[in-house]
Amino acid sequence: MEQEETLKKVEVNRLKKSYIERRTKKRFLSQCSAYEYCKVLDGLTFSISSGDFVCFIGPSGCGKSTMFRIISGFERPSSGSVQIDGKEVTGPSNKHVCVFQEDGLFPWLTARQNIAMGMEEASSKEALEEIEEYLELVGLSGFGDHYPHELSGGMRRRAEVARALITNPDILFMDEPFGALDFVTRLQMREEMVNVHQMFDMTILFITHDIDEALQLGDRIIMLSQRPAKVAWDIKIDEPHPRDLSTGDLRRLRKEIYYRMGLHVAL
Amino acid sequence: MALKKSVLFFILPLTLLMWQVVTTLLNVPEFMFPRPLSVVRALWQMLQNGELYTNTISSLFRVTWGFYIAVVTAVPLGLLIGRQKYLRSVLNPLIQFLRPISPLAWIPMALIWFGIGDKPAIFLIFLSSFFPLVVFTTSSVLNIRTTYLRVAENFGLSGMKFYTRVILPAALPEIITALRITLGTAWLVIVAAEMIAVKSGLGYLIMDARNSLRMDMVVAGMVVIGTVGLILDYMVRLLERMPSVEWSRKRR
Repeated sequence: MEQEETLKKVEVNRLKKSYIERRTKKRFLSQCSAYEYCKVLDGLTFSISSGDFVCFIGPSGCGKSTMFRIISGFERPSSGSVQIDGKEVTGPSNKHVCVFQEDGLFPWLTARQNIAMGMEEASSKEALEEIEEYLELVGLSGFGDHYPHELSGGMRRRAEVARALITNPDILFMDEPFGALDFVTRLQMREEMVNVHQMFDMTILFITHDIDEALQLGDRIIMLSQRPAKVAWDIKIDEPHPRDLSTGDLRRLRKEIYYRMGLHVAL
Repeated sequence: MALKKSVLFFILPLTLLMWQVVTTLLNVPEFMFPRPLSVVRALWQMLQNGELYTNTISSLFRVTWGFYIAVVTAVPLGLLIGRQKYLRSVLNPLIQFLRPISPLAWIPMALIWFGIGDKPAIFLIFLSSFFPLVVFTTSSVLNIRTTYLRVAENFGLSGMKFYTRVILPAALPEIITALRITLGTAWLVIVAAEMIAVKSGLGYLIMDARNSLRMDMVVAGMVVIGTVGLILDYMVRLLERMPSVEWSRKRR
Protein backbone atom coordinates (compact mmCIF):
# COMPACT_ATOMS: atom_id res chain seq x y z
CA MET A 1 0.00 0.00 0.00
CA GLU A 2 2.70 2.41 0.96
CA GLN A 3 4.64 1.85 -2.21
CA GLU A 4 1.95 3.42 -4.30
CA GLU A 5 2.28 6.56 -2.24
CA THR A 6 5.97 7.10 -2.96
CA LEU A 7 6.60 9.40 -5.88
CA LYS A 8 8.35 7.79 -8.79
CA LYS A 9 11.32 9.63 -10.25
CA VAL A 10 10.45 9.03 -13.88
CA GLU A 11 6.96 8.16 -14.98
CA VAL A 12 6.44 7.22 -18.61
CA ASN A 13 2.84 6.75 -19.60
CA ARG A 14 1.56 5.35 -22.91
CA LEU A 15 4.35 7.10 -24.76
CA LYS A 16 3.93 7.10 -28.53
CA LYS A 17 6.05 8.59 -31.23
CA SER A 18 5.57 8.43 -34.95
CA TYR A 19 6.84 10.51 -37.82
CA ILE A 20 6.37 10.73 -41.56
CA GLU A 21 9.09 8.85 -43.40
CA ARG A 22 10.76 11.41 -45.69
CA ARG A 23 13.50 9.17 -47.00
CA THR A 24 12.51 7.96 -50.42
CA LYS A 25 14.98 5.11 -50.29
CA LYS A 26 14.14 2.35 -47.90
CA ARG A 27 16.44 2.21 -44.97
CA PHE A 28 17.91 -0.90 -43.45
CA LEU A 29 15.56 -2.38 -40.85
CA SER A 30 12.91 0.22 -41.40
CA GLN A 31 9.47 -1.13 -42.10
CA CYS A 32 8.14 2.11 -43.46
CA SER A 33 8.16 3.15 -47.07
CA ALA A 34 8.33 6.73 -48.27
CA TYR A 35 5.79 9.25 -47.00
CA GLU A 36 4.17 6.65 -44.81
CA TYR A 37 3.26 7.29 -41.22
CA CYS A 38 5.94 5.50 -39.28
CA LYS A 39 5.49 4.33 -35.71
CA VAL A 40 8.60 4.25 -33.55
CA LEU A 41 7.26 4.00 -30.03
CA ASP A 42 3.98 2.30 -29.39
CA GLY A 43 2.63 3.03 -25.97
CA LEU A 44 5.63 2.66 -23.69
CA THR A 45 4.65 2.56 -20.06
CA PHE A 46 7.04 2.20 -17.15
CA SER A 47 8.17 4.04 -14.08
CA ILE A 48 11.54 4.34 -12.44
CA SER A 49 12.21 4.88 -8.77
CA SER A 50 14.68 7.41 -7.53
CA GLY A 51 18.23 6.09 -7.36
CA ASP A 52 17.68 3.19 -9.73
CA PHE A 53 20.21 2.15 -12.33
CA VAL A 54 18.03 1.12 -15.25
CA CYS A 55 19.44 -0.44 -18.41
CA PHE A 56 17.52 -0.45 -21.66
CA ILE A 57 18.17 -3.15 -24.20
CA GLY A 58 16.46 -3.98 -27.45
CA PRO A 59 17.12 -4.70 -31.11
CA SER A 60 18.96 -1.99 -33.02
CA GLY A 61 16.74 0.61 -34.57
CA CYS A 62 13.90 -0.14 -32.19
CA GLY A 63 13.64 3.41 -30.91
CA LYS A 64 15.71 3.40 -27.73
CA SER A 65 17.48 6.63 -28.62
CA THR A 66 14.22 8.26 -29.69
CA MET A 67 12.72 7.31 -26.33
CA PHE A 68 15.75 8.84 -24.59
CA ARG A 69 15.48 12.07 -26.52
CA ILE A 70 11.85 12.34 -25.49
CA ILE A 71 12.40 11.54 -21.81
CA SER A 72 15.33 13.95 -21.60
CA GLY A 73 13.24 16.66 -23.23
CA PHE A 74 14.90 17.13 -26.61
CA GLU A 75 11.89 15.87 -28.56
CA ARG A 76 8.16 15.91 -28.05
CA PRO A 77 6.13 12.72 -27.98
CA SER A 78 3.27 12.25 -30.43
CA SER A 79 1.08 11.26 -27.54
CA GLY A 80 1.37 10.02 -23.98
CA SER A 81 3.32 11.68 -21.24
CA VAL A 82 6.66 11.74 -19.50
CA GLN A 83 6.82 13.04 -15.97
CA ILE A 84 9.91 13.59 -13.91
CA ASP A 85 9.31 14.26 -10.20
CA GLY A 86 5.64 14.48 -11.01
CA LYS A 87 6.12 17.30 -13.50
CA GLU A 88 5.60 17.02 -17.23
CA VAL A 89 8.87 17.21 -19.19
CA THR A 90 8.82 20.24 -21.47
CA GLY A 91 12.47 20.61 -22.39
CA PRO A 92 16.01 19.68 -21.45
CA SER A 93 17.28 20.64 -18.03
CA ASN A 94 20.71 20.67 -16.45
CA LYS A 95 19.29 18.47 -13.71
CA HIS A 96 18.90 15.69 -16.27
CA VAL A 97 22.20 15.39 -18.05
CA CYS A 98 22.83 13.30 -21.14
CA VAL A 99 25.97 11.54 -22.23
CA PHE A 100 25.40 11.06 -25.92
CA GLN A 101 26.26 8.19 -28.18
CA GLU A 102 28.64 10.39 -30.18
CA ASP A 103 31.47 12.42 -28.74
CA GLY A 104 29.82 15.27 -26.92
CA LEU A 105 32.89 17.07 -25.60
CA PHE A 106 33.43 20.44 -27.21
CA PRO A 107 36.61 19.95 -29.25
CA TRP A 108 37.55 23.64 -28.99
CA LEU A 109 37.80 23.45 -25.21
CA THR A 110 40.34 21.58 -23.10
CA ALA A 111 39.18 18.77 -20.83
CA ARG A 112 39.20 21.20 -17.91
CA GLN A 113 37.26 23.89 -19.78
CA ASN A 114 34.76 21.28 -20.90
CA ILE A 115 34.15 20.19 -17.33
CA ALA A 116 33.97 23.81 -16.21
CA MET A 117 31.21 24.33 -18.74
CA GLY A 118 28.94 22.15 -16.63
CA MET A 119 29.21 24.59 -13.75
CA GLU A 120 27.25 27.76 -13.15
CA GLU A 121 30.30 29.59 -11.99
CA ALA A 122 33.73 28.25 -12.80
CA SER A 123 36.29 30.92 -11.98
CA SER A 124 36.41 30.88 -8.18
CA LYS A 125 39.09 29.01 -6.30
CA GLU A 126 36.60 26.49 -4.95
CA ALA A 127 35.27 25.80 -8.42
CA LEU A 128 38.77 25.18 -9.78
CA GLU A 129 39.47 22.80 -6.92
CA GLU A 130 36.23 20.99 -7.59
CA ILE A 131 37.12 20.57 -11.26
CA GLU A 132 40.46 19.12 -10.22
CA GLU A 133 38.64 16.71 -7.92
CA TYR A 134 36.41 15.49 -10.71
CA LEU A 135 39.34 15.12 -13.08
CA GLU A 136 40.94 12.93 -10.47
CA LEU A 137 37.73 11.00 -9.87
CA VAL A 138 37.61 9.88 -13.48
CA GLY A 139 41.34 9.29 -13.62
CA LEU A 140 42.25 12.29 -15.74
CA SER A 141 44.40 14.31 -13.37
CA GLY A 142 47.29 15.69 -15.37
CA PHE A 143 45.23 15.73 -18.57
CA GLY A 144 43.14 18.81 -17.76
CA ASP A 145 44.88 20.97 -20.32
CA HIS A 146 44.59 18.48 -23.16
CA TYR A 147 42.16 19.06 -25.99
CA PRO A 148 39.76 16.20 -26.75
CA HIS A 149 41.63 15.27 -29.94
CA GLU A 150 44.71 14.76 -27.81
CA LEU A 151 42.92 12.23 -25.58
CA SER A 152 42.07 8.60 -26.24
CA GLY A 153 38.48 7.48 -26.75
CA GLY A 154 38.23 6.18 -23.20
CA MET A 155 39.64 9.38 -21.73
CA ARG A 156 37.18 11.45 -23.72
CA ARG A 157 34.33 9.39 -22.32
CA ARG A 158 35.67 9.86 -18.81
CA ALA A 159 35.89 13.60 -19.28
CA GLU A 160 32.33 13.60 -20.52
CA VAL A 161 31.14 11.65 -17.53
CA ALA A 162 32.98 14.10 -15.27
CA ARG A 163 31.32 17.02 -17.02
CA ALA A 164 27.94 15.41 -16.46
CA LEU A 165 28.65 14.57 -12.80
CA ILE A 166 29.92 18.01 -11.80
CA THR A 167 26.50 19.54 -12.44
CA ASN A 168 25.22 17.18 -9.74
CA PRO A 169 22.30 15.94 -11.82
CA ASP A 170 19.30 14.01 -10.49
CA ILE A 171 19.21 11.84 -13.57
CA LEU A 172 22.02 10.74 -15.82
CA PHE A 173 21.06 9.62 -19.30
CA MET A 174 23.63 7.51 -21.08
CA ASP A 175 23.02 6.39 -24.62
CA GLU A 176 25.39 3.55 -25.47
CA PRO A 177 28.22 5.52 -23.95
CA PHE A 178 30.89 2.84 -24.18
CA GLY A 179 29.95 1.28 -27.49
CA ALA A 180 32.97 2.63 -29.34
CA LEU A 181 35.55 1.64 -26.75
CA ASP A 182 37.83 -1.36 -26.76
CA PHE A 183 36.97 -4.34 -24.60
CA VAL A 184 39.19 -3.69 -21.60
CA THR A 185 38.43 0.04 -21.48
CA ARG A 186 34.76 -0.82 -21.62
CA LEU A 187 35.09 -3.09 -18.61
CA GLN A 188 36.94 -0.36 -16.73
CA MET A 189 34.23 2.14 -17.55
CA ARG A 190 31.61 -0.31 -16.30
CA GLU A 191 33.42 -0.64 -13.03
CA GLU A 192 33.55 3.12 -12.73
CA MET A 193 29.85 3.44 -13.45
CA VAL A 194 29.09 1.04 -10.61
CA ASN A 195 31.25 3.16 -8.32
CA VAL A 196 29.71 6.39 -9.53
CA HIS A 197 26.24 5.05 -8.92
CA GLN A 198 27.12 4.00 -5.40
CA MET A 199 28.90 7.26 -4.64
CA PHE A 200 26.39 9.72 -6.03
CA ASP A 201 22.77 9.20 -5.26
CA MET A 202 21.37 9.56 -8.73
CA THR A 203 19.03 7.82 -11.08
CA ILE A 204 20.80 6.45 -14.13
CA LEU A 205 19.12 5.52 -17.40
CA PHE A 206 21.48 3.59 -19.57
CA ILE A 207 21.04 2.31 -23.12
CA THR A 208 23.25 -0.52 -24.21
CA HIS A 209 23.53 -3.17 -26.86
CA ASP A 210 25.65 -5.30 -24.63
CA ILE A 211 23.53 -7.75 -22.65
CA ASP A 212 26.37 -8.52 -20.26
CA GLU A 213 26.86 -4.83 -19.64
CA ALA A 214 23.19 -4.49 -18.77
CA LEU A 215 23.36 -7.47 -16.43
CA GLN A 216 26.45 -6.20 -14.69
CA LEU A 217 25.26 -2.63 -14.23
CA GLY A 218 21.51 -2.56 -13.86
CA ASP A 219 19.27 -2.74 -10.83
CA ARG A 220 16.69 -3.25 -13.49
CA ILE A 221 16.65 -4.11 -17.15
CA ILE A 222 13.90 -2.97 -19.46
CA MET A 223 13.84 -4.85 -22.71
CA LEU A 224 12.12 -3.21 -25.67
CA SER A 225 10.49 -5.07 -28.54
CA GLN A 226 11.05 -4.65 -32.25
CA ARG A 227 9.85 -1.40 -33.74
CA PRO A 228 7.28 -0.07 -32.96
CA ALA A 229 8.75 -0.46 -29.51
CA LYS A 230 6.85 -1.68 -26.47
CA VAL A 231 8.16 -2.87 -23.18
CA ALA A 232 8.84 -6.53 -23.84
CA TRP A 233 10.22 -7.51 -20.49
CA ASP A 234 10.92 -5.74 -17.25
CA ILE A 235 13.49 -7.45 -15.04
CA LYS A 236 14.57 -6.57 -11.53
CA ILE A 237 18.05 -7.63 -10.51
CA ASP A 238 18.81 -7.78 -6.83
CA GLU A 239 22.34 -9.14 -6.97
CA PRO A 240 25.13 -7.25 -5.21
CA HIS A 241 28.21 -5.99 -7.05
CA PRO A 242 30.59 -7.35 -8.24
CA ARG A 243 28.44 -9.73 -10.25
CA ASP A 244 29.47 -13.02 -11.71
CA LEU A 245 27.42 -13.74 -14.80
CA SER A 246 28.64 -17.29 -15.21
CA THR A 247 26.73 -18.84 -12.31
CA GLY A 248 23.36 -18.95 -10.65
CA ASP A 249 20.40 -16.73 -11.40
CA LEU A 250 22.36 -14.29 -13.48
CA ARG A 251 23.49 -17.05 -15.78
CA ARG A 252 19.91 -18.24 -16.25
CA LEU A 253 18.71 -14.68 -16.78
CA ARG A 254 21.42 -14.07 -19.33
CA LYS A 255 20.39 -17.14 -21.29
CA GLU A 256 16.78 -16.10 -21.18
CA ILE A 257 17.59 -12.61 -22.47
CA TYR A 258 19.68 -13.99 -25.30
CA TYR A 259 16.79 -16.25 -26.18
CA ARG A 260 14.22 -13.47 -26.13
CA MET A 261 16.47 -11.24 -28.22
CA GLY A 262 16.24 -13.86 -30.91
CA LEU A 263 19.53 -15.64 -30.31
CA HIS A 264 18.26 -19.17 -30.21
CA VAL A 265 21.55 -20.93 -30.25
CA ALA A 266 23.07 -21.10 -26.81
CA LEU A 267 26.25 -19.06 -26.95
CA MET B 1 59.18 20.92 -46.24
CA ALA B 2 61.40 19.20 -48.77
CA LEU B 3 59.06 20.39 -51.49
CA LYS B 4 59.14 24.00 -50.27
CA LYS B 5 62.92 24.01 -50.25
CA SER B 6 63.16 22.54 -53.72
CA VAL B 7 60.82 25.25 -55.00
CA LEU B 8 62.81 27.99 -53.35
CA PHE B 9 66.28 26.86 -54.28
CA PHE B 10 65.78 25.02 -57.52
CA ILE B 11 62.55 25.49 -59.45
CA LEU B 12 62.22 29.24 -58.95
CA PRO B 13 65.77 30.14 -60.10
CA LEU B 14 65.48 27.70 -62.97
CA THR B 15 62.25 29.31 -64.21
CA LEU B 16 63.78 32.78 -64.00
CA LEU B 17 66.83 31.61 -65.88
CA MET B 18 64.74 29.99 -68.63
CA TRP B 19 62.67 33.15 -68.90
CA GLN B 20 65.79 35.28 -69.31
CA VAL B 21 67.39 32.90 -71.80
CA VAL B 22 64.30 32.34 -73.95
CA THR B 23 63.34 36.01 -74.17
CA THR B 24 66.94 36.93 -75.06
CA LEU B 25 67.39 34.16 -77.63
CA LEU B 26 64.05 34.82 -79.35
CA ASN B 27 64.73 38.52 -79.11
CA VAL B 28 61.27 39.28 -77.72
CA PRO B 29 60.82 43.07 -77.55
CA GLU B 30 60.85 44.48 -73.99
CA PHE B 31 57.42 46.07 -74.31
CA MET B 32 55.83 42.68 -75.07
CA PHE B 33 57.52 40.51 -72.50
CA PRO B 34 60.12 42.14 -70.27
CA ARG B 35 63.14 40.21 -69.12
CA PRO B 36 63.61 39.22 -65.47
CA LEU B 37 66.63 41.46 -65.16
CA SER B 38 64.75 44.53 -66.30
CA VAL B 39 61.90 43.62 -63.94
CA VAL B 40 64.38 43.45 -61.09
CA ARG B 41 65.81 46.79 -62.18
CA ALA B 42 62.31 48.32 -62.24
CA LEU B 43 61.59 46.87 -58.82
CA TRP B 44 64.78 48.35 -57.45
CA GLN B 45 64.03 51.71 -59.01
CA MET B 46 60.51 51.81 -57.59
CA LEU B 47 61.77 50.73 -54.22
CA GLN B 48 64.26 53.57 -54.19
CA ASN B 49 61.90 56.33 -55.20
CA GLY B 50 59.33 55.04 -52.69
CA GLU B 51 56.64 54.47 -55.33
CA LEU B 52 56.32 50.81 -54.44
CA TYR B 53 56.06 51.46 -50.76
CA THR B 54 53.37 54.15 -50.89
CA ASN B 55 51.26 52.28 -53.43
CA THR B 56 51.43 48.99 -51.55
CA ILE B 57 50.47 50.79 -48.36
CA SER B 58 47.48 52.48 -49.94
CA SER B 59 46.27 49.18 -51.42
CA LEU B 60 46.71 47.42 -48.08
CA PHE B 61 44.99 50.28 -46.28
CA ARG B 62 41.88 49.89 -48.44
CA VAL B 63 41.84 46.12 -48.27
CA THR B 64 42.30 46.14 -44.51
CA TRP B 65 39.41 48.52 -43.92
CA GLY B 66 37.06 46.95 -46.44
CA PHE B 67 37.83 43.45 -45.24
CA TYR B 68 37.67 44.36 -41.58
CA ILE B 69 34.28 46.01 -41.90
CA ALA B 70 33.04 42.99 -43.86
CA VAL B 71 34.28 40.53 -41.22
CA VAL B 72 32.74 42.32 -38.23
CA THR B 73 29.39 42.63 -39.98
CA ALA B 74 29.20 39.45 -42.06
CA VAL B 75 30.30 36.91 -39.45
CA PRO B 76 27.76 37.89 -36.76
CA LEU B 77 25.06 38.17 -39.42
CA GLY B 78 25.98 34.75 -40.80
CA LEU B 79 25.87 33.23 -37.31
CA LEU B 80 22.41 34.68 -36.75
CA ILE B 81 21.11 33.61 -40.15
CA GLY B 82 22.46 30.13 -39.55
CA ARG B 83 20.49 29.82 -36.33
CA GLN B 84 17.30 31.69 -37.14
CA LYS B 85 15.18 29.93 -39.68
CA TYR B 86 12.91 32.93 -40.15
CA LEU B 87 15.79 35.32 -40.78
CA ARG B 88 17.28 32.81 -43.20
CA SER B 89 14.13 32.57 -45.28
CA VAL B 90 13.92 36.36 -45.48
CA LEU B 91 17.56 37.28 -46.13
CA ASN B 92 18.89 34.29 -47.98
CA PRO B 93 17.24 34.97 -51.35
CA LEU B 94 18.50 38.55 -51.30
CA ILE B 95 22.04 37.54 -50.40
CA GLN B 96 22.09 34.75 -52.97
CA PHE B 97 20.97 37.24 -55.59
CA LEU B 98 23.57 39.88 -54.72
CA ARG B 99 26.45 37.46 -54.26
CA PRO B 100 27.17 36.55 -57.91
CA ILE B 101 27.27 40.23 -58.96
CA SER B 102 30.92 41.16 -59.42
CA PRO B 103 31.98 43.94 -57.09
CA LEU B 104 33.33 45.69 -60.19
CA ALA B 105 29.76 46.09 -61.43
CA TRP B 106 29.24 48.31 -58.40
CA ILE B 107 31.98 50.75 -59.46
CA PRO B 108 29.63 53.32 -61.03
CA MET B 109 27.42 53.31 -57.95
CA ALA B 110 30.42 53.42 -55.65
CA LEU B 111 31.78 56.48 -57.43
CA ILE B 112 28.46 58.30 -57.26
CA TRP B 113 27.88 57.46 -53.59
CA PHE B 114 31.38 57.99 -52.28
CA GLY B 115 33.13 60.19 -54.85
CA ILE B 116 36.81 59.77 -55.70
CA GLY B 117 39.27 58.47 -53.14
CA ASP B 118 39.67 55.64 -50.68
CA LYS B 119 36.00 55.31 -49.79
CA PRO B 120 34.65 53.79 -53.02
CA ALA B 121 37.56 51.32 -53.11
CA ILE B 122 36.93 50.33 -49.48
CA PHE B 123 33.25 49.94 -50.31
CA LEU B 124 34.08 47.61 -53.21
CA ILE B 125 36.36 45.49 -51.03
CA PHE B 126 33.63 45.34 -48.43
CA LEU B 127 31.16 44.11 -51.05
CA SER B 128 33.56 41.53 -52.42
CA SER B 129 34.04 40.01 -48.96
CA PHE B 130 30.69 40.58 -47.31
CA PHE B 131 28.39 38.30 -49.30
CA PRO B 132 30.69 35.27 -49.52
CA LEU B 133 31.47 35.59 -45.82
CA VAL B 134 27.80 35.67 -44.86
CA VAL B 135 27.10 32.62 -47.00
CA PHE B 136 30.11 30.66 -45.73
CA THR B 137 29.39 31.52 -42.10
CA THR B 138 25.75 30.53 -42.46
CA SER B 139 26.61 27.18 -43.97
CA SER B 140 29.25 26.48 -41.35
CA VAL B 141 26.66 27.12 -38.64
CA LEU B 142 24.27 24.74 -40.38
CA ASN B 143 27.04 22.14 -40.41
CA ILE B 144 27.54 22.16 -36.64
CA ARG B 145 26.98 18.71 -35.18
CA THR B 146 23.61 18.32 -33.49
CA THR B 147 25.30 16.74 -30.50
CA TYR B 148 27.09 20.00 -29.66
CA LEU B 149 23.82 21.92 -29.87
CA ARG B 150 22.11 19.35 -27.65
CA VAL B 151 24.91 19.50 -25.09
CA ALA B 152 24.66 23.29 -25.05
CA GLU B 153 20.93 23.07 -24.58
CA ASN B 154 21.37 20.43 -21.90
CA PHE B 155 23.67 22.68 -19.90
CA GLY B 156 21.30 25.58 -20.31
CA LEU B 157 23.52 27.82 -22.45
CA SER B 158 21.38 30.46 -24.08
CA GLY B 159 21.46 33.93 -25.58
CA MET B 160 24.87 35.55 -26.03
CA LYS B 161 26.62 32.76 -24.15
CA PHE B 162 25.25 30.22 -26.58
CA TYR B 163 26.63 32.16 -29.54
CA THR B 164 30.02 33.03 -28.10
CA ARG B 165 30.74 29.70 -26.39
CA VAL B 166 29.23 27.20 -28.79
CA ILE B 167 28.12 28.50 -32.17
CA LEU B 168 31.13 30.70 -32.94
CA PRO B 169 33.85 28.25 -31.81
CA ALA B 170 32.11 25.33 -33.51
CA ALA B 171 31.89 27.23 -36.78
CA LEU B 172 35.27 28.93 -36.46
CA PRO B 173 37.44 26.47 -38.41
CA GLU B 174 35.20 26.80 -41.44
CA ILE B 175 34.95 30.55 -40.96
CA ILE B 176 38.73 30.83 -41.02
CA THR B 177 38.84 28.91 -44.29
CA ALA B 178 36.26 31.37 -45.59
CA LEU B 179 38.42 34.28 -44.41
CA ARG B 180 41.33 32.90 -46.38
CA ILE B 181 39.31 32.62 -49.56
CA THR B 182 37.65 36.02 -49.14
CA LEU B 183 40.84 37.85 -48.33
CA GLY B 184 42.28 36.39 -51.54
CA THR B 185 39.29 37.69 -53.47
CA ALA B 186 39.55 41.08 -51.80
CA TRP B 187 43.16 41.32 -52.91
CA LEU B 188 42.11 40.44 -56.46
CA VAL B 189 39.40 43.06 -56.44
CA ILE B 190 41.49 45.90 -55.03
CA VAL B 191 43.82 45.82 -58.02
CA ALA B 192 40.94 45.97 -60.47
CA ALA B 193 39.20 48.68 -58.47
CA GLU B 194 42.29 50.82 -58.33
CA MET B 195 42.68 50.67 -62.07
CA ILE B 196 39.44 52.57 -62.41
CA ALA B 197 38.48 54.42 -59.30
CA VAL B 198 41.59 55.95 -57.79
CA LYS B 199 45.00 57.49 -58.43
CA SER B 200 47.10 55.38 -56.07
CA GLY B 201 47.68 51.76 -55.11
CA LEU B 202 49.22 48.82 -56.91
CA GLY B 203 46.39 48.64 -59.46
CA TYR B 204 46.96 52.28 -60.32
CA LEU B 205 50.71 51.69 -60.50
CA ILE B 206 50.20 48.98 -63.10
CA MET B 207 47.78 51.06 -65.15
CA ASP B 208 50.10 54.05 -64.99
CA ALA B 209 53.08 51.96 -66.12
CA ARG B 210 51.08 50.54 -69.00
CA ASN B 211 50.17 54.03 -70.18
CA SER B 212 53.86 54.80 -70.54
CA LEU B 213 54.54 51.34 -72.03
CA ARG B 214 56.83 50.40 -69.14
CA MET B 215 56.09 46.66 -69.18
CA ASP B 216 58.98 46.01 -66.82
CA MET B 217 57.17 48.12 -64.23
CA VAL B 218 53.88 46.32 -64.98
CA VAL B 219 55.46 42.95 -64.30
CA ALA B 220 57.24 44.34 -61.24
CA GLY B 221 53.83 45.45 -59.96
CA MET B 222 52.46 41.97 -60.59
CA VAL B 223 55.33 40.42 -58.66
CA VAL B 224 54.60 42.66 -55.69
CA ILE B 225 50.87 41.83 -55.82
CA GLY B 226 51.68 38.12 -55.83
CA THR B 227 54.09 38.45 -52.93
CA VAL B 228 51.73 40.50 -50.78
CA GLY B 229 48.95 38.02 -51.58
CA LEU B 230 51.10 35.17 -50.32
CA ILE B 231 51.92 37.04 -47.14
CA LEU B 232 48.23 37.82 -46.49
CA ASP B 233 47.32 34.17 -46.99
CA TYR B 234 50.07 33.09 -44.66
CA MET B 235 48.81 35.46 -41.98
CA VAL B 236 45.30 33.99 -42.08
CA ARG B 237 46.74 30.50 -42.07
CA LEU B 238 48.41 31.28 -38.77
CA LEU B 239 44.89 31.51 -37.32
CA GLU B 240 44.29 27.88 -38.27
CA ARG B 241 47.02 26.86 -35.88
CA MET B 242 45.29 28.28 -32.80
CA PRO B 243 44.77 25.40 -30.38
CA SER B 244 41.03 25.98 -30.19
CA VAL B 245 40.73 25.67 -33.97
CA GLU B 246 43.14 22.85 -34.65
CA TRP B 247 40.62 20.11 -33.83
CA SER B 248 38.88 20.28 -37.17
CA ARG B 249 42.09 19.31 -38.98
CA LYS B 250 43.14 16.74 -36.41
CA ARG B 251 39.86 14.91 -36.49
CA ARG B 252 40.26 13.17 -39.81
